[in-house]
Amino acid sequence: MTMKNNELETKSELQEESLFKGSLGRRSFLQYAGASAAGIALVAAGCRKDRGVENVMTGATLDFKNEIGVLNYAYALEQLEAAFYVKVASAPPSSFTTAQKAYFQDIQFHEIAHREFLKNVLSTAAIGSLEVDFSSIDFTSASSVLGAAMTFEDLGVAAYNGAGVRITTDAYLVAAGKIVSVEARHAAYIRDIISNGSFANLNELTSLGANVAGGLDGALTPDKVLAAAGKYIKTKINVINL
Amino acid sequence: MNILNILDQIEKVDGEIYERLSPRRSAMKDFFNVGKKISMAALPLAMGSLFQKAYGQTNPSSVNDVLNFALALEYLEYNYYNHALTLANSTYIPDGPARQAITTIRNHERAHVDLLKGALNISGADQYVYADFDFTAGGGFADVDTNYQTFLKVALAFEDTGVRAYKGQAPILKGMPVLTTALQIHSVEARHASHIRQMVAANVSGASALKPWIAYTSNGNDTGVSAVDAVYAGEQNTTQAGVQITGINGTAVTQSHAAECFDEFLTGSDVKKIANLFIKAGKKLA
Repeated sequence: MTMKNNELETKSELQEESLFKGSLGRRSFLQYAGASAAGIALVAAGCRKDRGVENVMTGATLDFKNEIGVLNYAYALEQLEAAFYVKVASAPPSSFTTAQKAYFQDIQFHEIAHREFLKNVLSTAAIGSLEVDFSSIDFTSASSVLGAAMTFEDLGVAAYNGAGVRITTDAYLVAAGKIVSVEARHAAYIRDIISNGSFANLNELTSLGANVAGGLDGALTPDKVLAAAGKYIKTKINVINL
Repeated sequence: MNILNILDQIEKVDGEIYERLSPRRSAMKDFFNVGKKISMAALPLAMGSLFQKAYGQTNPSSVNDVLNFALALEYLEYNYYNHALTLANSTYIPDGPARQAITTIRNHERAHVDLLKGALNISGADQYVYADFDFTAGGGFADVDTNYQTFLKVALAFEDTGVRAYKGQAPILKGMPVLTTALQIHSVEARHASHIRQMVAANVSGASALKPWIAYTSNGNDTGVSAVDAVYAGEQNTTQAGVQITGINGTAVTQSHAAECFDEFLTGSDVKKIANLFIKAGKKLA
């Protein structure tokens, strides 16, 4: 790209501003971040200063200039899901039935398998292990666990649906398609436990991009997915070239 | 102190560059923006205009082929559920949650039909109606209209086929905005499949262990209905993109988990063979 750096910077600043005022909304952004207003301002200012090629970023960087970034994005989400289900499966809420315990074991291993598959595909390009933050989840409470599981699964479906168009290799596109339908099976199963018949309640998924009239499931861009997942991830995730 | 877990850097190229790099994506963006404003009933029309924007006047024939193929499957599913819901329910689909679930699924299939017709600029009557189908599959499911268990078994085969069918077409739509739409239909079908599996487990004799996901069996078919073996052919696979999933990286992932955690795809020709079992002569898919 031949665009001059200062032009890029100006436009980016404008977009940063519109991000705060835009669809996400400042209030919800703060909720996702789980941080003080002062902290946000600090980071926003830091963005402008840090912008540039020499920027040394801590945490994990998802570079969406190519599908490596997309696969790492999926890897990050699968890490999050796997960590959640490992915790649930190791000590399920006492009110879980035998069948529910068994199926949560299954889901745990599905997510572990997805995580490890993506790690192997990415090889040396894989981001590191993310540190998660499940402090908002009460793992002794079935309703808290199921609510979080539903969030993760519905969000995971919307994430894969929204990112598929960025995948350029047939084999990885097919693999993503093979994974997302299993996530959708999980989502439906968990929704049915919470409320039988809600397996594909698209009215409840419009905030994730579902379209009721079209019979379409959620689909979200990575920035929106990561904003929603942010409160569960301690590791700082940097998104570039989206 | 907690490290701020927000995206602290979101860089985006400007709109013009974006458009030059990927005009199709821009068309998709317009579509979503329009979609929020327009009446939902007008959505299929908007879909048509999306395609015109992305490709000019007509879709590439390969894309139209995929959409027509998907539409045929949606006609099949819609007519199946819609007809079943017209039948007396005293001994068939029970009132309450079961009937509500089938109604939900029927409505989604109808929405998919309308969406795809819009995308293909097809106006007027449906190309397939109930009379074009034989849901007994030549007598193999002879009591499909009277036996709730048989109804559920056939529904299960349709939903799991639908999931596999959309997946198989994805590479043809690679990088195109219509891929996103196809994926959004695909995961709804997977949600249906998950629920129908639960209904089968609760109602069909001998099927109580059926999982919401497709468990490992040596021929891929975990339903116990051998007439639908073709629907599940290959689901026993445990190798993905050259990576063996069983026991991957020293984990306790079993062969069954490995087969379950990836749904396999079916080729278009395999799906057509399955669909044609339920379509009358003269209307079969070529």
